[in-house]
Amino acid sequence: MSVISRGFGGRGSGSDPRVPPGQYVTDDFPVLSAGPTQYVDTEDWRFDITDIDGSRTTLTWERLMALPSEEFTVDIHCVTKWSKLGTTWRGVPVSSLLDGLGTEAEYALVHCYGGYSTNIPLEDLLDGKAWIVFEYDGGELDPVHGGPARLLVPHLYLWKSAKWVNGIELRLDEQLGFWESLGYHEYGDPWLEQRYIGD
Amino acid sequence: MNHPDDFALDGNAVAGPLSEIFGVDVTSIRVTCEDCGATAPLARVAAYVRGPGSVLRCRSCTSVIGRFARSRDSIWLDLRGSTSWQLRATS
Ligand SMILES: [Zn+2]
Repeated sequence: MSVISRGFGGRGSGSDPRVPPGQYVTDDFPVLSAGPTQYVDTEDWRFDITDIDGSRTTLTWERLMALPSEEFTVDIHCVTKWSKLGTTWRGVPVSSLLDGLGTEAEYALVHCYGGYSTNIPLEDLLDGKAWIVFEYDGGELDPVHGGPARLLVPHLYLWKSAKWVNGIELRLDEQLGFWESLGYHEYGDPWLEQRYIGD
Repeated sequence: MNHPDDFALDGNAVAGPLSEIFGVDVTSIRVTCEDCGATAPLARVAAYVRGPGSVLRCRSCTSVIGRFARSRDSIWLDLRGSTSWQLRATS
């Protein structure tokens, strides 16, 4: 696994309209992690959706696989300044997990195996803007990249696309997640360069 | 003992930025994990540095014992998860 060195071998972002400000393009898929890789057997995998009234819906892997999935190609942007263009994934739109709930929540706090969390306004998870993905580039999603399933919210910086997801806590207020509580921006729009609090 | 794709480095990887915060050489700081009570020199804790910020974890139980990040004009520090940090006094 090579260590990524910024600006080395990466193409400049100046001319490509797909690349947000301050980013460079890489062909690698760097592994960013806040802890040990989680190895979760799909038989043990659970995904809990908790609504504001405390009611909980639990999804098994079997039920996730039974939902209609879609393959899509998007660009991804990491706050550590690399962008990767044209990445192909397969997953279930988050809206298909939430639409039936009729929730009054405004925010989501996404939880993960290993303890990671990230906060996202609920509307950014709906309308085909976010997926629970389980395939990358035509193959099973590798655990180092968040398999068996990760969130993918490509219009926000990649720390929002939490690896090893195991639940969504729906909330009326916004509770900050792992990096958002340590100086990173609560929303994280790469096109506005919302890297840090106050950006 | 690390899994081959475990991306943890040892605590020396964060010695530079943490020494800047504390104003002393930090590698001999002894950190006690709140979860399991294990104490280790900072040089021997697990450091995950390839992310938005850096995460320090106990080698005995993998709990987070410290986090820090640098924004444009600030350094952010979170030491929840550790019971104590013992620095050697220099007088
Ligand atoms: Zn411990």
